[in-house]
Amino acid sequence: MNLIRGIRRLAAVSSLIGMTMLLSGCMDKFVVLDPKGVVGRQQLDLMIISLLLCLVVIVPVLILTFVIAWRYRNKTENKAAYKPQWEHSTKLEVVWWGIPIVIILILAVVTAQYTYKLEPSKPLQSEAKPIVIQVTSLDWKWLFQYPGQGIATVNYVKFPANVPVQFELTSDAPMNSFWIPQLGGQIYTMSGMAMKLNLMADEPGTYRGSGANFSGKDFAKMHFNADATSQADFDKWVEQVKSKSPPLTQDGYDRLAAPGVMEKADYSSIPNGLFDRIVNKYSGGHSMGGMDMSVHPNPAPGSMQGMNMSVHPNPAPSSMPAGMDMSQNHH
Amino acid sequence: MWEKIQQFASGFFVTGDPLIYGADVSIVLTMIAVVSALTYFKKWTWLWKEWLTTVDHKRIGIMYVIASLLMLFRGGVDALLMRTQLAVPNNDFLSPSHYNAIFTTHGVIMILFMAMPLMFGLFNLVVPLQIGARDVAYPFLNSLSFWLFFWGAMLFNMSFVIGGSPDAGWLSYPPLSEVSHSPGVGQDFYIWGIQISGIGSLMTGINFVVTILKMRAPGMKMMKMPIFTWSVLSSSLTILLAFPILTVTLALLFIDRYLGAHFFTLTAGGNPMMYINLIWMWGHPEVYIVVLPAFGVFSEVVATFSRKRLFGYASTVFALMSISVFSFFTWAHHFFTMGSGADVNIFFAISTMLIAIPTGVKVFNWLFTMYRGRISFQGPMLWMMGFIPCFVVGGMTGLLLSVAPADFQFHNSYFLIAHFHQVLIGGVAFGYFSGLYYWWPKVFGFKLNEKIGKWAFWLWNIGFYVCFMPQYALGLMGMTRRVNTYSWDTGWWGLNLVSTIGGFLMGIGFLFQVWQILHSVKFMERASGDPWGGRTLEWSIPSPAPVYNFASLPTVDEKDPWWEEKERRERGEPAWTLPPLEPIHMPKNSGIPIIMAFCFFLTGFGFVFHWLWIAIPGLVGVAGCMLAHSFNYNTDYYIPVDEIKRTEAAARGAV
Repeated sequence: MNLIRGIRRLAAVSSLIGMTMLLSGCMDKFVVLDPKGVVGRQQLDLMIISLLLCLVVIVPVLILTFVIAWRYRNKTENKAAYKPQWEHSTKLEVVWWGIPIVIILILAVVTAQYTYKLEPSKPLQSEAKPIVIQVTSLDWKWLFQYPGQGIATVNYVKFPANVPVQFELTSDAPMNSFWIPQLGGQIYTMSGMAMKLNLMADEPGTYRGSGANFSGKDFAKMHFNADATSQADFDKWVEQVKSKSPPLTQDGYDRLAAPGVMEKADYSSIPNGLFDRIVNKYSGGHSMGGMDMSVHPNPAPGSMQGMNMSVHPNPAPSSMPAGMDMSQNHH
Repeated sequence: MWEKIQQFASGFFVTGDPLIYGADVSIVLTMIAVVSALTYFKKWTWLWKEWLTTVDHKRIGIMYVIASLLMLFRGGVDALLMRTQLAVPNNDFLSPSHYNAIFTTHGVIMILFMAMPLMFGLFNLVVPLQIGARDVAYPFLNSLSFWLFFWGAMLFNMSFVIGGSPDAGWLSYPPLSEVSHSPGVGQDFYIWGIQISGIGSLMTGINFVVTILKMRAPGMKMMKMPIFTWSVLSSSLTILLAFPILTVTLALLFIDRYLGAHFFTLTAGGNPMMYINLIWMWGHPEVYIVVLPAFGVFSEVVATFSRKRLFGYASTVFALMSISVFSFFTWAHHFFTMGSGADVNIFFAISTMLIAIPTGVKVFNWLFTMYRGRISFQGPMLWMMGFIPCFVVGGMTGLLLSVAPADFQFHNSYFLIAHFHQVLIGGVAFGYFSGLYYWWPKVFGFKLNEKIGKWAFWLWNIGFYVCFMPQYALGLMGMTRRVNTYSWDTGWWGLNLVSTIGGFLMGIGFLFQVWQILHSVKFMERASGDPWGGRTLEWSIPSPAPVYNFASLPTVDEKDPWWEEKERRERGEPAWTLPPLEPIHMPKNSGIPIIMAFCFFLTGFGFVFHWLWIAIPGLVGVAGCMLAHSFNYNTDYYIPVDEIKRTEAAARGAV
């Protein structure tokens, strides 16, 4: 009874899932399984290795469960052995302490190797000279600065394919996480520090990226396209941005940093040292015990709010959510 | 004047959403109905004397179960609202802030106000009966724990209609949860609701460690204890070490918010990453705190319904205890992507994988308990059978997540959501349901309808797979958690719709369980003291257990004492010699716990709104209650032998 029901259930569920996969179309939406970059590809390899290692144990256990449940069901005509006192067998118990230990040992070794290999701050091997892109997560948008090209974009990022991209990541808002699944795994963007993430696209294409760590009201709008193009197209695009787009000023940045959502934008120039200023804005206190502001090379206006010790610190405009009325913001 | 009141009210009460007005009306109507019913049937004194002031572990257990089922209802409604919002792309059924509030309260309620109290309910209902104790070690403290949980939960839930719900995620990561980004009172409700119930959880942990270590029946050595009791011990020890971390972490966040300190702020040297480490140092053991007792339940259920001894008792005990130790060394696997470097990630990846070993061993032990048994698939065992495949697969995806470099692709995606729901629903919820069905006749003295129970089980089980299997796929399609909507071009629509259907199937399953209980109450089918062919001490006494539990206790020097005794009786050689009846020493009821916990509630409420004129009297009340209890020497009484004889005769007669 139970077995038949179980099979029926499994069949129903798997056909349902299969159907919807077909309906929702196209396996190419499974971005994690369809990597277009060296990092993502190795991560997929690792997923498959660990999945297979697990299945070695899981599949027999699932089969065993159904077989045992069926064979030893309580029916008067059941001829199978019944040993109510049987409760211990050293041999058997050694076996099933042993199997998971061996599997975990193998998995641990593989994991350790891949962890060193895929350490996100490690530069990627390539003939091409890497391009640096500085990423800042804001409330609720992404700012990309190109220190080499002297341009900036918001909510989209472009880079040449087959060229290593060194992302430097920070945040001028609550922590987020920077994720372009088809190129490789994510890394947190945190204020007061510059994280490193090295990725490279194998082929030109548009890859969906998003913020993966919840950061407040309009977090869901923090997705962007990452366009990998040919080197020539990239150079052309840089020239175009330089000639046609407005410059990004410090004032302009402060407006960007204020909470809100916006469409794509690009800027023909960036204020000198902006990225370092964003990072340093919050990093001073970590090493200097909190109140020594001298480490800030050039404190941004917002950083002085740290000195305000009143019961309700008066947040600088940049961190004040629009509309303080709690009835609108907090239900 | 009027304008001032209006202005205050529009900030004090949550306004602007028809869903919430609807809830307001239903809350007020329910309260009026309850109060009038109690008044009409003249039940106020009964309620106060028999329930609100009780120190009887069985009644406290029942109150825990009722409260947690109510919280399951609320957390479930939250879940269905979220699934409705996600069923189609670009949906604006819930605004972003409303959605954020709902996933926050769903998480907090399901873990802290549903799973924890349901677990404590089972501790209370079962442990003293299993080890042959008259009550827990500290009955007064037990009642206080319950009321602290209850008022903490009330404070947290109140934020839904008063002041505004927290909306920074169930673990409330700063700086989002700091005043700078969450200036409203929602986060303060979060802090105080959890702090107050957290004190209760810690005290329950202490209570059960002492109860299990000191109050076992004569002859019951540690290695003869029922396995559920072992799981409660491992869970309670984990509570002792983990909950203080939570209390300190939230206290620091409170100091940040209330006094303007900078432990976790963005500015002035605050370190939000410290909070994330601290909260997971509690948060990860917390997961094992709730799942270990579920393992205990399954170990009892599988032996009883296979009519066979539990296979590998010693290695199961070792597995339980080693998991509670290992659980403290895995916290950083919740943020491999924080950039701690390869060495740190490898340490936490491997420490996480190690937990799979004892967990896997337990699965084999359960399977080989069934092997060469005689398995009957009644209610509790059905949930066990649903649990094994579900938990095995959920455990496997957990192992995949522990592979640090691969986790960079799984983290914060729906793959992760699917994984932890699979182990929390398939493991914890199925486990507690199994336990509830198993011990229900013992607690209430009547059986639950099997047929409706089967419907509930299949709806839950099928609903679970329909809801969460698509979510694994969605994770691989790049869908991140906590997004309130998505666009058509993502290709996420089909699977989200399927997932929503599954969610509603589980909701219908819950309704079947409610119907099952109501139906069984109406057509009450009396249960004997031992309706399942039980193995441990609790089945040797009448159902429901008399107030003193055991009239007198045999010497217990076997693992399944009641089963062995039944076998001997069948062979005509009973071995139990019960000592003669003596007056039984019992604790007296007390109204102090509920009043003291209410004073805590007032304190929390006062601090939430920065109203010291409520907070300070609340604290004074807490101190006053402690003082009053310290000078109360009238805390116990004896049940005379005559009364015991009468109770026993009536109970045995009824069977």
